Amino acid sequence: MEPLTWTGAAGAVLDPLLLVAAIAFGVSVLASIVSSFVYGGGRIQYGEDGMAIATPGLPGLINKSLTYSFYALVAVVLLYIVAGVLTGNFGGGIIGGIAGQFAPVWVSLIATFVLSISFKRKLGLYGKLFDSVIGMVGFGLVMFWVYTALFTGLFDMIATHDPLVQVSGMKNKVPGTVLNGAEEGDYGWYLLGGDNLARDVFSRMVKGSVTVIVIAPFATLFAFMVGITLGLPAGYYGGKLDTFLSFLANLILAFPVILLFYLLVTPEIVLTGIPSYMAAVMFIFPIVFVGVLLNSRYYTQPKVRTPLLIGILGIMIWFYLSGISAKGTAIHVLPPFLDLFDISGGILVVFVSVVFVNSPTVFRIVRGLALDIKTRDYVAAAQTRGEGPWYIMLWEILPNARGPLIVDFCLRVGYTTILLGTLGFFGLGLPPESPDWGSTINEGRKLLSIYLHPALPPALALLSLVLGLNLLADGLREESLKD
Amino acid sequence: MGLFILRRLGVMILTALCLTFVVFFLTNLFPNLEKLAKTQGNQRMSDEQVVSWLENRGYMDPLFVKYGRWLGVAPGFSNTLDDGTRVGNCVRPGVAEEDTPRFCGLLQGSWGLSTVFKDEVGTIVGKRLGLTGWLMLAVMCVMVPGALIIGVLAGMREGSRLDRTLSTVSITTTATPEYVSGVIFIAIFASSTVGLKWFKGTATSAMDNITWENFTLPVLTIALYGMGYIARMTRASMAEVMTAQYIRTARLKGVSFSNIVMKHALRNALIAPFTVIMLQFPWLLNGVVIVETLFNYKGFGWTLVQAAGNNDIELLLGVSVVSVIVVLTTQLISDIGYVYLNPRIRIS
Repeated sequence: MEPLTWTGAAGAVLDPLLLVAAIAFGVSVLASIVSSFVYGGGRIQYGEDGMAIATPGLPGLINKSLTYSFYALVAVVLLYIVAGVLTGNFGGGIIGGIAGQFAPVWVSLIATFVLSISFKRKLGLYGKLFDSVIGMVGFGLVMFWVYTALFTGLFDMIATHDPLVQVSGMKNKVPGTVLNGAEEGDYGWYLLGGDNLARDVFSRMVKGSVTVIVIAPFATLFAFMVGITLGLPAGYYGGKLDTFLSFLANLILAFPVILLFYLLVTPEIVLTGIPSYMAAVMFIFPIVFVGVLLNSRYYTQPKVRTPLLIGILGIMIWFYLSGISAKGTAIHVLPPFLDLFDISGGILVVFVSVVFVNSPTVFRIVRGLALDIKTRDYVAAAQTRGEGPWYIMLWEILPNARGPLIVDFCLRVGYTTILLGTLGFFGLGLPPESPDWGSTINEGRKLLSIYLHPALPPALALLSLVLGLNLLADGLREESLKD
Repeated sequence: MGLFILRRLGVMILTALCLTFVVFFLTNLFPNLEKLAKTQGNQRMSDEQVVSWLENRGYMDPLFVKYGRWLGVAPGFSNTLDDGTRVGNCVRPGVAEEDTPRFCGLLQGSWGLSTVFKDEVGTIVGKRLGLTGWLMLAVMCVMVPGALIIGVLAGMREGSRLDRTLSTVSITTTATPEYVSGVIFIAIFASSTVGLKWFKGTATSAMDNITWENFTLPVLTIALYGMGYIARMTRASMAEVMTAQYIRTARLKGVSFSNIVMKHALRNALIAPFTVIMLQFPWLLNGVVIVETLFNYKGFGWTLVQAAGNNDIELLLGVSVVSVIVVLTTQLISDIGYVYLNPRIRIS
């Protein structure tokens, strides 16, 4: 077997095309920026029959060249992927091999987009996302990593090698190196090279997505539960409660995040059991939230409410106890046959500290929204109807605050991803051999001036996921403002 | 206004007290103290030896007593070991027993002794803050003008192609944490194999002598992350101002576009970014820690990592006091500045 080149046989045709398209696109972007200075903002012009007509002259030409060169660029990139999926690494080189490995992700992405776009008018805010290009790009990036994590985490599909296995002779090898002593059934190359400990960089990057995709949204969700459960009463009641909770929130916010991580996420602190106790406190909030939510809605119909609450809260408490109790930690309450799952100490402490850092900000946002919305007429109407305070908070104020909260949720998942990377970067929390992106960047940076390939893939992966989340939030904000 | 500032100062001191107590509590947990004893004394100490080492040095006293000593409201601890060496939080090498002060805490102006660097915490923090100060100054000089220019250019014609390009750029920079952009910058500009080799990948030499070569990358890395956020705030505020009535009036009077932007819009559009810039300081602190670690620039952030990694209690407390003061002072300045700049808001 031969080492792979970056673009393989297809590259002979596609590389020059890519170069031309990229240059054309770059030149037209620059030209259009310059022309927007010279000619002013593009104003749509109308013909005699009232129809919009194409912008004439040089600006029109620049506009056209921008559109076409953009399409050309996208087409060439798609060609690379298609060539890779069809011919694998023999025709497409490293890029082709990677595109081929991601084949299930491409199929699911195409299916998602085709289905969503064809039914977008029936899908509410989610459907409206597909009206904005930025939103679609962001959604595509996010879903790319979600599907990647799904296929690697559940079906073990995309990764080419085991992310923890070291192969002798593969240390710091450049991308496309043939696997040393490959056997039947092994994937024959290290697509993105080997790292400092001779592990496959590509597989580590792919496996690393699982940690982020599992922890980040859940941690954000828990932070929102804490923030909403405390922020609504603080904003609605005001007074002493508000002063106290706001002081606490500001106290946590005044901590530099990294100092907090260094204090909370160390093996010594795990020994003291503080993360378990913090988890025990923080994991209560979802139960309280759901309990109050359902009770305030159905308390007038005890026949519905009582079985509903017993059922849902029972399951949630079971999950809660399984989550916080683990063998060998500070809290060990459930007998093993009832314990559904154990969260390992490293993951728990990372999870808890990320929730802890995020909740005060969510609290402040929710409190601000509650302060604003409680002066509205429909709240006054509900008060006159005699609704209880929790009904008003959870069923009148919260639904009306959903727009900013959904947007902030997307941004905050991105921020949590950055925080997880920061933890990995300082080698805190997760075990050192773990393939998560932060730890991989941290390992790769030590030899960065000689070997680029171990550090760059996880860095770019993290960048693309966070960028996707930010673009998604931007698209959502734009579309929700249009109502 | 005076009362408002006084109240804020009161809250600030209360916050600092609570916060240092939390730090104190976490660093004085037994596993942390055990680690301290083993790094300071001997890695292979038995459990009893660890306890006696800690007891001899006053680490096993009640938490509040120890905290009082650090604050300077309780008399300092001192003890003479079996081999005749004197230990205690007021004891300094080279100072005779009768000259040792009875109280030596924050109130007496003593920040304690760092166990890692074997030096006064006040000296270490001062020196490291000076180094970080240069970094921050350079970051501010790049970030603030850059962000304001991008924001104003993007916001003056909302929806134009320039706006969309610049907005995409600023979203991208906010999505790039320092450890990602730093790695990418080193790869492009400093790598010895494929890169351009314009700059250096470490800033250690910048501690003595700042040059373009060793300081550009760290400054750029920190500035970029904050820049996008400030630029987006400036853009939003500029776009809002540009739709105001008085701008329309100016246009109808026939004032040229550049005059409208420079003379009418700019001043009002810069009120909101001011607060945002002030509130960016706490974020910059995070960036500083990451970048100083990445580029090996031994400033304040690097000290934080060293203190926390080695459970250096008094240095860590000093570092947290400084960072809390930075965070809360910038908040105060941003509140006061907002009132001062915007005559429509007055504190009753």
